[in-house]
Amino acid sequence: NKMIPHGEQAGKSASCQGCPNQNLCASGATKAPDPAIAEIGEKLSSVKHKILVLSGKGGVGKSTFSAHLAHALASDSTKEVALLDVDICGPSIPRIMGLEGEQVHQSGSGWSPVYVDDNLAVMSIGFLLSSPDDAVIWRGPKKNGMIKQFLKDVDWGELDYLIVDTPPGTSDEHLSIVQYLSSTPVDGAVIITTPQEVSLQDVRKEIRFCQKVKLPIIGVVENMSGFVCPKCKNTSQIFPPSSGGAEKMCRDLNLPLLGKVPLDPRIAQSCDEGKSFLNQVPDSPAAKVYQNVVQSIQDYCLNRATEVQSAT
Amino acid sequence: MEQNNDGNLSQVRHVVLVLSGKGGVGKSTITTELALALRHADKKVGILDIDLCGPSIPRMLNVGRTEVHQCDSGWVPVYTDAQKSLALMSIGFLLEDPDEAVVWRGPKKTALIGQFVSDVAWGELDVLLVDTPPGTSDEHMAVLENLKKHRVDGAILVTTPQAVSTGDVRREITFCKKTGVRILGIVENMSGFVCPHCSECSNIFSKGGGEELAKLTGSVFLGSVPLDPLLSASLEEGKDFTQSFPDSTTFNSISRICQTLLKSLETD
Repeated sequence: NKMIPHGEQAGKSASCQGCPNQNLCASGATKAPDPAIAEIGEKLSSVKHKILVLSGKGGVGKSTFSAHLAHALASDSTKEVALLDVDICGPSIPRIMGLEGEQVHQSGSGWSPVYVDDNLAVMSIGFLLSSPDDAVIWRGPKKNGMIKQFLKDVDWGELDYLIVDTPPGTSDEHLSIVQYLSSTPVDGAVIITTPQEVSLQDVRKEIRFCQKVKLPIIGVVENMSGFVCPKCKNTSQIFPPSSGGAEKMCRDLNLPLLGKVPLDPRIAQSCDEGKSFLNQVPDSPAAKVYQNVVQSIQDYCLNRATEVQSAT
Repeated sequence: MEQNNDGNLSQVRHVVLVLSGKGGVGKSTITTELALALRHADKKVGILDIDLCGPSIPRMLNVGRTEVHQCDSGWVPVYTDAQKSLALMSIGFLLEDPDEAVVWRGPKKTALIGQFVSDVAWGELDVLLVDTPPGTSDEHMAVLENLKKHRVDGAILVTTPQAVSTGDVRREITFCKKTGVRILGIVENMSGFVCPHCSECSNIFSKGGGEELAKLTGSVFLGSVPLDPLLSASLEEGKDFTQSFPDSTTFNSISRICQTLLKSLETD
């Protein structure tokens, strides 16, 4: 990767001449800590568990999974759950949660998230856009600013779970969310993939990213894992696990495989209609896998809490 | 190098962006298949892959572990065969370790895309397809900024049938309108699955969204491509689908889209 100067060479190499960011890189200002980080740490101290949903690959079902994880955790009415959508360019969460057209309100204590149920709150840039055609054409720094505001200025209240849905990739949004959450404990990341190598090759990069920023990985979920024809009941591997799927990747990288969710047309339908697939078709094979995955995540979070308690 | 800004693109007849807004709808798949179909129609084709975080093109064309060489006019693109009928550039070729994450913020991505546009010695091409990541951000703005000196014929927008997808693609259409990029048309991917055992068609990702979106936004509907495990498998192995399955419904759909695209490029 000799083409782009970085680290000590940032801003100082001959090829940096003329780059609009040259002075910023060379001054080292990019390395100074943002005071907002401590503020966010303070604000989110009332959030018991924070879970990031990542992939690397687009369209594997991060938002679908995040939404249903939120629904499942909130089905326990004693738990307070929130879902934060930091996909600034392609915010899917409002539609999937049946909240299209909702707007965010300001109060003395900050922005109020939009409530699906008494114990389930959602925040997304989708709520700040006035039309479904509005495009958010923002470069990195502006996206980062929005993410900072979401973490600093939303009045989440006391939460048992904060789930963060992310866009695909390993870029501004991901760096920002990790950076702004750096002074508050994060339970870990759930990594979503589909079975094919074209997905896995991006997902492995995301896993490297997690390791680089020391974000623990709760486990991997393989979506779109086979399709059972509703008529003849034969299984087709529409997205073939040609390199062994998530199972092999998890074995190779020593990560837990939390579950393999089959393709079910009713999932896409539920998401389009803004309903919970877990409520609509609770006995489907896909719903059962989801429930098992959610249980594993809950167990992980509880174990971590116990470990932290016995360490202190 | 500065003087070569249009130099390297001066013999590229048409530039077409493949956009979506939504991730995972098949931008790279459609880019790859269109490139192969165009080559099948005897066109000289190039693919510029500006997805820096998730570059899929190298694997889809089976040119994973290749080095990029320099020449007097800049970087030599990677060719898929000795006949040089298909030229590629992707960050995938610049990474020593394929699992290495490219964890860059916007400005760094913008700088590399600038180099990709100006410093690759494409030579003579009929069509340069630009595969993009999802969204409407740094990469998209960078590629348009850098292509300003050269013409961009327009963009193909890829969607899947469901509302969750078309919802994002609507925003991408706004992006095109705001940046003056002509919308060549909409392609609906993953348009139904025909069971190979019993021929029952299942609408796994819903139905009809692509056409509706075209109507809603006054865009041309270029066609739909079904979900096809043979296509997925072909892309996994970097094989040429046009050679392996020339009589399939999938190839016919892609062929038709390719012909419509060529017509609209040539009549402009």
